[in-house]
Formats: sequence, C-alpha cells, structure tokens
Amino acid sequence: MSDTILEMRGITKTFPGVKALEDVTLKVRRGEIHAICGENGAGKSTLMKVLSGVYPHGTYEGDILLDGDPVRFASINDSESQGVVIIHQELALVPHLSIAENMYLGNERRGRGGLIDWHRTNRDATELMDRVGLHELPVTKIGHIGVGKQQLVEIAKALSKDVRLLILDEPTAALNDSDSAHLLGLLRQLRDQGVTCIMISHKLGEIADIADRTTIIRDGRTIETLDMGEAGSTQDRIIRGMVGRDMEHRYPEREPHVGEEMLRVEQWRVHHPTQTDRVVIDDASFSVRAGEVVGIAGLMGAGRTELMMSIFGRSYGRDISGRVLKQGQEVDVSTVSRAIGHGIAYATEDRKAYGLNLIDDIRHNTSAAGLDKLSRLGWVNGLEELKVAQDYRRDLNTRTPSVLNSVGKLSGGNQQKVVLAKWLFTDPDVLILDEPTRGIDVGAKYEIYTIINRMVAAGKAVVVISSELPELLGISDRIYTLAFGRITGEMPVAEATQERLMSLMTMEKEGAAR
Amino acid sequence: MTGTLNLKELLTSNIRQSGILLALVVIVGFFSVLQPNFLTPGNLTNIVLQYSYILILAIGMIIVIIGGHIDLSVGSLVALTGATAAVVSIRSGMPWWVGVLAALAVGVLAGCWQGFWVAYVGIPAFIVTLAGMLIFRGLTFQVLDNVSLSPFGGTYYQIANGFQNGILGGYGVDVFTLVIFAVAVLGYAVNAWRQRRAAVSYEQEVGALPLFVLKVVAVGAVVMWFGYQLAQSRGLPNVLILLAVLVLIYGLVTQKTVFGRNVYAIGGNLTAAKLSGVKVKKVNFLIFVNMGLLSGIAGVVFSSRMNGAQPGAGNMFELDAIAACFIGGAAVTGGVGRVSGAMIGGLIMAVMSNGMQLMGADQSTQQLVKGLVLLLAVAFDVYNKRRAGS
Repeated sequence: MSDTILEMRGITKTFPGVKALEDVTLKVRRGEIHAICGENGAGKSTLMKVLSGVYPHGTYEGDILLDGDPVRFASINDSESQGVVIIHQELALVPHLSIAENMYLGNERRGRGGLIDWHRTNRDATELMDRVGLHELPVTKIGHIGVGKQQLVEIAKALSKDVRLLILDEPTAALNDSDSAHLLGLLRQLRDQGVTCIMISHKLGEIADIADRTTIIRDGRTIETLDMGEAGSTQDRIIRGMVGRDMEHRYPEREPHVGEEMLRVEQWRVHHPTQTDRVVIDDASFSVRAGEVVGIAGLMGAGRTELMMSIFGRSYGRDISGRVLKQGQEVDVSTVSRAIGHGIAYATEDRKAYGLNLIDDIRHNTSAAGLDKLSRLGWVNGLEELKVAQDYRRDLNTRTPSVLNSVGKLSGGNQQKVVLAKWLFTDPDVLILDEPTRGIDVGAKYEIYTIINRMVAAGKAVVVISSELPELLGISDRIYTLAFGRITGEMPVAEATQERLMSLMTMEKEGAAR
Repeated sequence: MTGTLNLKELLTSNIRQSGILLALVVIVGFFSVLQPNFLTPGNLTNIVLQYSYILILAIGMIIVIIGGHIDLSVGSLVALTGATAAVVSIRSGMPWWVGVLAALAVGVLAGCWQGFWVAYVGIPAFIVTLAGMLIFRGLTFQVLDNVSLSPFGGTYYQIANGFQNGILGGYGVDVFTLVIFAVAVLGYAVNAWRQRRAAVSYEQEVGALPLFVLKVVAVGAVVMWFGYQLAQSRGLPNVLILLAVLVLIYGLVTQKTVFGRNVYAIGGNLTAAKLSGVKVKKVNFLIFVNMGLLSGIAGVVFSSRMNGAQPGAGNMFELDAIAACFIGGAAVTGGVGRVSGAMIGGLIMAVMSNGMQLMGADQSTQQLVKGLVLLLAVAFDVYNKRRAGS
C-alpha cells in the first residue's frame, strides 16, 4: 500500500457565478492528522463536500484517488462505504433518540426477520463509546448530554462505519477547553490506531498542537502544505498564508478614553426556565463605562449568555430579580423592545439560530431591529432602508455583490457583520457582543475588533463575551470572570493573565470570595 | 454600480414568480384552444364572480402562512359570518349594511378568539383553527336553526352579483369599465416607472429599458384586453373592485409596513425576531384578527352570491385558499410568499375549475386534477430551490 491514503488532484468546483475551488490539490498521508486552514469562504468546506460525495462526481472537475485508485462518489453513502466519513460542524444527531439509536441511525443492527436487535445495538454502542472515552448509558437521550459528548457520539458513529479517513469540520468550535483537550487526545489515539484524520480548524494553537501537516487554502486555491514538525511552521506563518499578508497585530491598537458609567447591573439573579429551583445566575453585579470594552470570561455553561439574555428583555430564565441602571437611572428592560429603547443591544452568539432570518435578504436583516427608525405611522420607507443597508455594507466592508442577496449564502464573517449592522443601526449606548468572532476567520476577526474600537471611540460601552482568552486580553479594558453563575473576579486588563483568569473561571462556590 | 439585467437574468432571478405566471398563461392557452367559449366576455366575468371569495380568503391566508401558521377554520367562518348577515338582514329585517357590519364584526371577534389562543396561550395554529373549524360550523348551525335563510335581495344581493356599467354610456361596450381599467393601467405604469427611477438612484440593478417598456406594455395590454371583455359583457363587477382594492391594500401592507415586515421576520426566524424586539404575540394576534376580518368579507361576498345563508356553506374553502397560497410560491415553513403570488395561485385554481366545468368534466375529475396541480406546483418549487442551493 502506498504512503498516500488520499490524493485530490486539480479539483475545480464552480457555482453559478462563483468559482469556489480552482485547481486545488490535497495529499494526505496514511495515519496522519492533516489540518486544513483558511479564511471563511476560502473553500475548505466545499473541498470536504467534494471529497465526501455531498457534491457528487460530475459536478466538479478533477480526480480523487483513494489508496491510489480513482474513486467517483455519487453520494455520501458511497464515500462512507469506502470508509470516508465526514462530521459536520453542525452535528447531525436527533435529540429525542438515544445515543445508541443515533449511532446506528441508517445503519441499524438487524436481527432475525429484519427487526432491530436492540441488545446487539446497545452492546456494540457501549464498546464504541468506550473506545472514544464516553461513559454514558447507550440508552441516554442525546438531548441530555452536552455538546462535547455529542461530538464523541459522532466520532463513535463514524467508527461504527469502519472509518479509514475521518473528516472533522471545526470539531472544537463549540467545545470548552477540557472537552477540546479530550477530543484532541482522542484524535491522537485514533491516529495511532491507523485512522487518518482531516481536520478543518480556525484554532491555530490547536493545529500547532495536534496536526502533523497543514494545508492552507485561500480564495479557492491551495497555498501550501506545511510540515508542522519543521521550525518554520509557526502560527504566524499559517496566518500569513491564510490572509496573504503579514498579520503582526492580531488586535488593533486603541487609546482608551473611559468616561462616565453607562450601565450597571446589581444583584442580578435568574432561575432556570424549566427547573424552577435552579439558580442559573446568582447575585451577579457588574458595570461598564462609556468608551470602555468590558470582557466577560467564563467557561461554557458558566452562565455568560444566560446573564446577558436575561438582562436583554428577559429573553432567558424566570423569577428574575435585580436592578439595571443606565447612567445612574434604574431602567425597565423587561421586554426586548424596552431594552432596545434604553439603548441596549445584544448580538447573539448563535447568529444562525438567534440572530438572522437566513431566508431573507441583507437589507431586511439590517433593518430588523430598527424598523421604527425607518417608518412613520407603521409605513416603512423602503428606499431609505435600502440606503441604510448599503451604507452599512460599505462601512463594515461586508463582502457581497448586493444587499438584496440572501443572508444565508454569506460566509460566517459576513453574516456576523450583518448582525453587527443590525445592532449598530439601533444606535445603542451599550453593545453586548456574545462570542462576536466565533467561527469566523482571522481577517474578519480583525475587522470586527476594528468595529468594536470605533464603537468605543464614539463613546459607546461595549461588553464582549468570549471563550478565547487571548481575544479578551487583546481587546478589553477590564475583565470580569464568571463561574457557575457567579461573578468570581474583576480586574483591569493590565493585571490579567490567562492563568489568572482561568483559575477564577474555574472557582467553585465555596471559594468564591465576593 | 448601477447595472441592467437582460431577459434571462430577470426571469431566473425571480423564477418562482415567473414560473407560476407562465403556468397560468399556459393553462389559459390550453383551455382557450380546447374550449372556444372559455375566453368569451361572459365566461371571464363568471370566473371573477365564482372565485372572488376564495381569492379574498387567500389574501388573509398568505399572511397567516408567511407568519408560519395555518388556518383551517376559514370555511366555517365564511359560513358563520354569512349566517350572521342573513339573521340580521333577513330574519330581523334590518338594513343590508347592518348585516354586513355584523358579519365583519363576527369575523373580527372569531379572529380575536383564535389569535388569543395562538399568540397568548401558545397553542399551534393547526390545533386552534381545527377546533375553530368545528366550533364555527357548530355555531353556524345554531345561528341558522339548521335551516337555510334566503333571499337577501336588494343592495346586499348586488354586492357579489351587481355591476357598475352604463354610467358613461357606450354602444355595447361599457365606457366606464374601460375608463377605470385605463386609469388602473396608467397608475401601474407611472408607479413602475417611479420605482425604477428610485431603484436607479439608489444604485440597484434594474432590467434593461426596452425590457421594462415591453413588460409594462404587455401587462397593460393584457389588463386592457380583460377590461374590454368585461365591458362587452355586463360591465365592471362590484366584487372585482372590492378584490382589486383589497389586493392593493394588502400588497402594500405586506411589503411596506412594519407589520408586514414583522410577519416575514416571525415566519423566517421566530427567535431572531423576538431578539430583534418584534412584539411577536401582538403580531400573531393581529394576523388572526385580520384573517377573521377577511373571512367576514368573504362570508358577505359568498352569501350575497348565493343570495342566502346555508349551514353547510363554505365547506372546504380553507383548502382552496391554502392551495392557492402554496401554488403561489409560499413556503410551508413560513417566511416566504407574496399576495400577488397567492392571487396567481388562486387564479390557476379558478381557471382550471372553470375550464374543466366548460369541458363537462365531473366533480371527481376536477378534484383529481386540482390535487395533482398543487402537488406539481410545489414539487417545481422544491426542485428549483434544490437546484439553486447546490
């Protein structure tokens, strides 16, 4: 057998009006972890869809060789039967079915008479779960386990199909650090067992940590493949390849001009929406000043999103108590429109599910929260609306031929810009950004940071929630840490280090001194 | 970066709308070849009279569907509102307009009732309106004491059966009808031109000028031809005026008002709409109140056309209205659809029913064909969407 398990040669894929891939070449060696890097919209996902048969043979040009033999996949089933399995970023699991049912969905363990053999299903599932280090009962419902464990189920499901080449699309994007670490450990272990992995990732630290080789894609072309063992294969080198330019400063410079207090939240207490005796946010107090960027650091599940959404029009939780003060005056933020009226904006972490109407165009999404400003007596000024959308497109450098295009077809970074445009148009005093750079590429991240800087330069207050500590350290003036629903620390950025923040973010209730 | 589009780009950029319009043209052509009577003035007038109430219902239904709901109760509500008008005007002998107002009031009340359960209690519209279908039908029987009431006669009868003609005279061709149609065409042309100018000034792509002129002239010619046919027959039907006004109003409401925009936002992504400050409950409530109002109007038109109220009136109307919306390009998941699309969808159903009746096809064949057309229309939509998506 040859040393190369997969070779993709001269892959060109065209969509109406766009060349998504042009003459892309990818060589993956047997038993390696091969990372694929590139900005959003560079063509990584398209390439993986070509590989896995989502785009069947004939819809693209070029050849795919598996173990040296040309293959022509007509569908995902075809590629899976050859041991090529893709795990998408959005997990394809059914929440109401059990772990075992999900694992064998479409590949059921049949017994006598074609009926499903549940004993065998659950036994086999348990074996595979052991292999991926997942210690749950096979009959547990998928909806009852966390995203990290769901990811493991997906991998176990892939293993059940005798996978030889496992493709993971941003596997750790939604995971916290410990789940990520576990997952990466598992990938190493699988590699040692002979499973080759292709991994798309935006997390450069992770790539440096785990990948044997890295292929960089930019604008639908292969730029280079780096051997990560070599000294020159640094994160900066990857970034340079991805953006096509040197990226000395990942965070734009800013002179802080902190002014008066803009928003203060006192003794905020929120209960879980269905488990009424569970306190999700416990006595949280924080404040943000005009011209200031305040970072909120916390692990997944610490209550960051819950805190902000409960403030923003009680969009989360029940039995909420506490006070919200805007410029010293207590304000009523009990509905979203009241919160917007008081100059508060909240850009969600999940832009597809909570932030955008994906089937509508950029124009309507831009105006969605600020229609009142565009209307008189209930009538919308459509031409003014168009102008606003075009102004923001220009201003935020949203890459799209027209604001009449559907938002669903934009890349993640450009979608995020539409979300920001929507909230900037409401002209908020306090802008709360929940994971503003999740799943978007380095270049777009820089642009988002620049927009944040422009906001605070204009005297607004910005609150940023982020899972990436370097990002918080890079853009904040002051950082709060949140752990288990409680604020466990507050410090100016000059005093903050990743280690210090992490220890506060993991502080349990007994030790919480505040 | 103002650009112009050629014919192919124009058609493909709006394949849903142009597809169903094309289908309508093909169906009309088909029947006019097979049935010489089909395109006669008398028959065209008939189509308008026969299907006006379905089209009125489809206007409300498309808004319900865009909002991500469904309304199964409109047929029963047409019966109930018609029955109300009959009880007020016929049994109690009150003036015709009191009957109309009573019918509309009952429609709005029924809409409030359903809107309350959908919006404020949070019960899916499918369930609420399924219950409404039974409740309103039951009420209709009670209101009418299980018997038909007729006749309305007089002005009430003229609502759906009367015409505006002879006001300006004419020799076999009603001048008034032609004048009204000419004004409408002129208004359309001026509006289209202003829209185009505005789009250019806001740097939007527009169709090439000759194509634009061609389109306006073609639409104008078809509309004037239709007007000429009506003018040769009995003149301008009252229901056509009513329908035109409603289409105009609701076309604007859906496209140009905050309410309309909010309906699309809710149907497109409910959570995103909530988090953008849309008052979802209020909008959902109003969607059903509006549907109730339009059911009331349809109830008046239908009872007027029947010149009486029957307990079993309006049976299956909801399905015709829903079918019109889906043939007209609405999406089952909500967030997509237009009043104009629903009207074309409704016309496709109307033209097919009428054409098949002329050809002597029986009820069973008609239903069979209508069902297939609905299925094919949505399949065409799905096929296009899939092709655009990959």
